[in-house]
Amino acid sequence: MNSLNSEKELNQPLGVRILAFIGRVLVAISIPLIAFYVLYQGFLFLRDSNASRGIIAAVAIVWGVGGVALLYWVFNGLVERLPDSWRIRLLPFVFVGPALAILSWYLAIPTLRTFWLSLFGRDGPPKGFSILQQLASDSFVGLSNYTAVFTDRLMQEAFRNNLMWIIFGSTFSIIFGLIIAVLADRSSFEKLAKSLIFLPMAISFVGASVIWNFIYEYRPANQPQIGLLNSIVVSLGGTPQAWPQWVDIAPWNNLFLIVMVVWLQTGFTMVLFSAALKGIPEELMEAGRIDGANEFQVFFHIMIPYIRGTIISVWTTVVIFTLKIFDVVWVMTGGQFGTHVIATQFYRQSFTNQNSGYGSAIAIVLLIAVIPVMFYNLKQFREQEAF
Amino acid sequence: MKSGKRQKRLTSLFIINGTLLFLILIWTIPTLGIFVSSFRARDNIATSGWWRVFPYRDWQAVKEIDPNQAGLDANGVMKIEGVSGTFEEFRAGVGTPDGKQRITWIGNKRIGKIEVQEQVWSVDWNFTLDNYRQVLGGQDFEFKKPDGTIQVVPGDNMSGAFLNSLAVAIPSTVIPILIAAFAAYAFAWMQFPGRRFMFIVVIALLVVPLQIALVPILRDYKAIQLNGTFLAIWLAHAGFGLALATYLLYNYISGLPREILESAFIDGASHFTVFTSLVLPLSVPALASFAIFQFLWVWNDYLVALIFLGGNPEFELVTQRMAAIVGSRGSEWHLLTAGAFVSMALPLLVFFTMQRYFVRGLLAGSVKG
Repeated sequence: MNSLNSEKELNQPLGVRILAFIGRVLVAISIPLIAFYVLYQGFLFLRDSNASRGIIAAVAIVWGVGGVALLYWVFNGLVERLPDSWRIRLLPFVFVGPALAILSWYLAIPTLRTFWLSLFGRDGPPKGFSILQQLASDSFVGLSNYTAVFTDRLMQEAFRNNLMWIIFGSTFSIIFGLIIAVLADRSSFEKLAKSLIFLPMAISFVGASVIWNFIYEYRPANQPQIGLLNSIVVSLGGTPQAWPQWVDIAPWNNLFLIVMVVWLQTGFTMVLFSAALKGIPEELMEAGRIDGANEFQVFFHIMIPYIRGTIISVWTTVVIFTLKIFDVVWVMTGGQFGTHVIATQFYRQSFTNQNSGYGSAIAIVLLIAVIPVMFYNLKQFREQEAF
Repeated sequence: MKSGKRQKRLTSLFIINGTLLFLILIWTIPTLGIFVSSFRARDNIATSGWWRVFPYRDWQAVKEIDPNQAGLDANGVMKIEGVSGTFEEFRAGVGTPDGKQRITWIGNKRIGKIEVQEQVWSVDWNFTLDNYRQVLGGQDFEFKKPDGTIQVVPGDNMSGAFLNSLAVAIPSTVIPILIAAFAAYAFAWMQFPGRRFMFIVVIALLVVPLQIALVPILRDYKAIQLNGTFLAIWLAHAGFGLALATYLLYNYISGLPREILESAFIDGASHFTVFTSLVLPLSVPALASFAIFQFLWVWNDYLVALIFLGGNPEFELVTQRMAAIVGSRGSEWHLLTAGAFVSMALPLLVFFTMQRYFVRGLLAGSVKG
């Protein structure tokens, strides 16, 4: 297309060609300039304006979505005007560049920066100094934040609780997901059953906290109980409790929070198991039955081994999820009553206590915990080799 | 033999459906509880369990006795309708020997009355929309107490938070999808140096916990005065969702039929044209699955909003608003239940209308950092 244009232009007088060239350069420069100006004005408006919520929301949506599309269009237009050899070289980076820039700014580089912060005291490295000067400064504390992370009593409590979350959360989500998937597959109302079990996946942890707080709601023994759990307990002759806040049974009061995540996550495990179970050839199970296996034997000796791969990947997903659990604990108990987990400690140290060094060390510990999964993913990718 | 087998089939079907039904009930009752409660009048929620909307046996008066006229001495043992007991016992209610009736003293010793009660089937169907009005409204809300007095309480402005959540969730969903789709296209259909390495970085970042980024990003935002703005939170959500989006969309876009794209290139179409007019329309199923994923994630997110919007009450999102109500008015269940349902309405709608795409997205394999 470009070569056709240039052939046509070669036939035109020099003056016209120069004018056309200047015009093209002007367009090439002014469109991006106008685009950036509009985007910048939009940015200032959104940052500083006091307009009503509805207007800001509308401008925000148009500006945000339109702005990104505009940027791609402008950059593509610029690159398309370049000579062929440059265009081929640069175009891929117009496409892939923004993604990589954002990923670097938001995840890759922060990993290094957080590690760097974790080597310093509560206010981080002193500003305006070189790296060597920072290392020599008083705020450099080496690995002592990490020592603190592993010796602090509250952190040890958080590690213990997170371990409970991982063990009970993943086990029960997987067991219930499997049972429901198997049952639904043979029931007369599979679709409805799966939708209803899956439904909590759409609910936020804050919403789930309201739902479960209402179940755990505590009233003194002589008043009518409006919480379902206490109402059942009282009608069976027990004493009502504020379950997640029941310190006497710590650490087991964590189970009342873990139940909520099992309730939310089982839909996810069920959907994945259900798809995997449908992939088992019917002949395989039929052969087992003819050999005299009962349904339980078919389940344990044919189904489970067949979907082992799915179980492992679902398990890692749930483990990673429970490792980072935050909202539930923060809204339900705020980490009190012996329910702190790693992520709530991270929040408390980084933002409530403003101790960025300590908080960063906790974040790095979280990162280290997921590194095995990262390597497993990369190994899987390398084995595909199709890339 | 044959009928025995059929019998066995029937029992196993019964056990399967029965167990499943039981599990479904357990899974549904928590949500049902707050849904029902959100429509119950304020005082009903506070004094009785929500399951009272189902028929239950209640004591209702069939006969009233004035203690003064009956000449009863409230300080001693009294005999009423053939049953004897002290004032305290009657306050709690004393059953008649035949068990059908109960005699209860209502009020205090001096000006009280005695009711002869019988159990009748009843339901509490005193439903109202007041809870929603109060929780959605931004202004003061007038609320009429049962005794006729009017109490003014501030509204909770959930509708404002709802708009904010929309303004955050829509761009936070569309922006990463657009950026990721461009990148996925480049990974799938373009050759450039460092392509493999860059994709490995994307895969490695899939599971990186976002906690790692919060402190450095917050520092950057403060340095450029971006903290507390919509832009700040869109970019953050874009950044945290981008690895998964690129990965999922790459899997889909790289699987598109080669012939269609090649014939477009032969016709002289540029990469940009092929991408916008061919690849994007063909990838709608994958785009939709990720869109639902990301939308639910952003709408339901609390942590990211807390950190990057936390300082700005004007821009509070539904999750923050709800968490604030839980914190400050944790026992006002008429607000909590209605508020929770307002916050869930949109995700549930998206979920039910687009469940198919959502499940497909899950099955495409996804672990989010």
